[in-house]
Amino acid sequence: MLRYIYADDLHRFPRLARSMFVDRAKQFHDRLRWDVTLRDDGTERDDYDDANPLYVIWEDTTGGHGGSMRFLPTTGDTMVNDHFLHLTDGVEIKSPFIWECTRFCLAPGAPAQVSAALMLGGMELGLNNHLSHSVGVFDARMVRIYARLGWGPTILGTAGQGRDATSVGLWAFEPELRPRLLSRAGITDEMSRHWYDRSFGALTPTAKPALSA
Amino acid sequence: MLESYIEQLQRVETLGELNDQVVALRDTLDVEHVVYHSVNSTGEQYAALTYSPEWVQRYLDEDYTRIDPVVQACYRRFHPIDWKRLDWTNKNVRNFHGEAIDSGIGNQGFSVPIRGPSGQFALFTVSGNASDDKWASYTQEHVRDLLLVSHFVNQKALELERGTDQVQTVSLSPRETDALTMLAMSYNRAQAADSLSISEHTLRVYIESARFKLTAMNTTHAVARALSQGLLII
Repeated sequence: MLRYIYADDLHRFPRLARSMFVDRAKQFHDRLRWDVTLRDDGTERDDYDDANPLYVIWEDTTGGHGGSMRFLPTTGDTMVNDHFLHLTDGVEIKSPFIWECTRFCLAPGAPAQVSAALMLGGMELGLNNHLSHSVGVFDARMVRIYARLGWGPTILGTAGQGRDATSVGLWAFEPELRPRLLSRAGITDEMSRHWYDRSFGALTPTAKPALSA
Repeated sequence: MLESYIEQLQRVETLGELNDQVVALRDTLDVEHVVYHSVNSTGEQYAALTYSPEWVQRYLDEDYTRIDPVVQACYRRFHPIDWKRLDWTNKNVRNFHGEAIDSGIGNQGFSVPIRGPSGQFALFTVSGNASDDKWASYTQEHVRDLLLVSHFVNQKALELERGTDQVQTVSLSPRETDALTMLAMSYNRAQAADSLSISEHTLRVYIESARFKLTAMNTTHAVARALSQGLLII
């Protein structure tokens, strides 16, 4: 199932949170060998995890991490603006309608639908929050996978080569892409809405103003 | 309407004037109340709001931030929220809600948490009295304006905090300048993107970024502001 969790709420999901940071260490440190910092407990976290980001997390059937990504508003401090201006033609991307997406991570052996489900989660965030685009930092070799899932980015720039290649790209939030993501993820419209509302609260009708007792 | 409001907001030079502009928003946005509350990276606070002084005092005396679901849901977060998504069922919260309604806050609300640079945080809220259907159509129609105007108020507050003696200049990157220049020369997006050898999405994001820095409501407004500030050479 998809969960949308702010960092300051992760403590309510200790197993999910820990396995996410451990899987990030496996992906970004062990596999991709990015220059990331590991903690003594085998987890990977950076300064942006301390800025109360919003995570989209796929929780597997055992309650562990299946995949995840991390969102921050570009009106605040972001990884792209702090570290990747050389890949955006020097443009500092800031707008209430653009959020940054980083640390797209899959658990080892995660089934293919997990990627699609995460993309769907990103789409739900964008559509529900009136965003026009997301700007992402990602492993350049993922581009083909994103495209195959039916929602490829526009690449702004790429640095490094081989497994070091890191790209910055844009995803446009277009509602007509949502059905394709639902079908690739094997998730129904109703279920996806239900997961979203469970994290952010459903729109409940306002009670009539209570009469004073 | 909002465009001329933004022009007025731009001319604000003191926190007192900013307060007047937040109050003026009530009519511009056609809502019962407007609240802007900012906490900067050192914990300093600033608030401008239209609630009655009695309700503000009551809120402070009772330390209602402890239970106010709007504060709980928005503090240090960044997705805008309709108050109908919040949980008002707890007994203390219900009582608080009843009191707020009796104090004229309104039965509906929409809050926009704002994340600024270096951990700055602000909360912008509009509230009013309406049926659920009316409120839903109001927010649906105005959500973009609400998001923009709340961020522009915040940008002005940040600018005042930095000090008004600093000349306010917007600096655009060469690519942003290029993009706006093309539009100023009446190129459409496809032509502009083509001329700059970038995709249309990239162009859109560069324009969007420039628009936000220029505190403009839309692309036309952004081009006009950039021209009037001498940022474009045509």
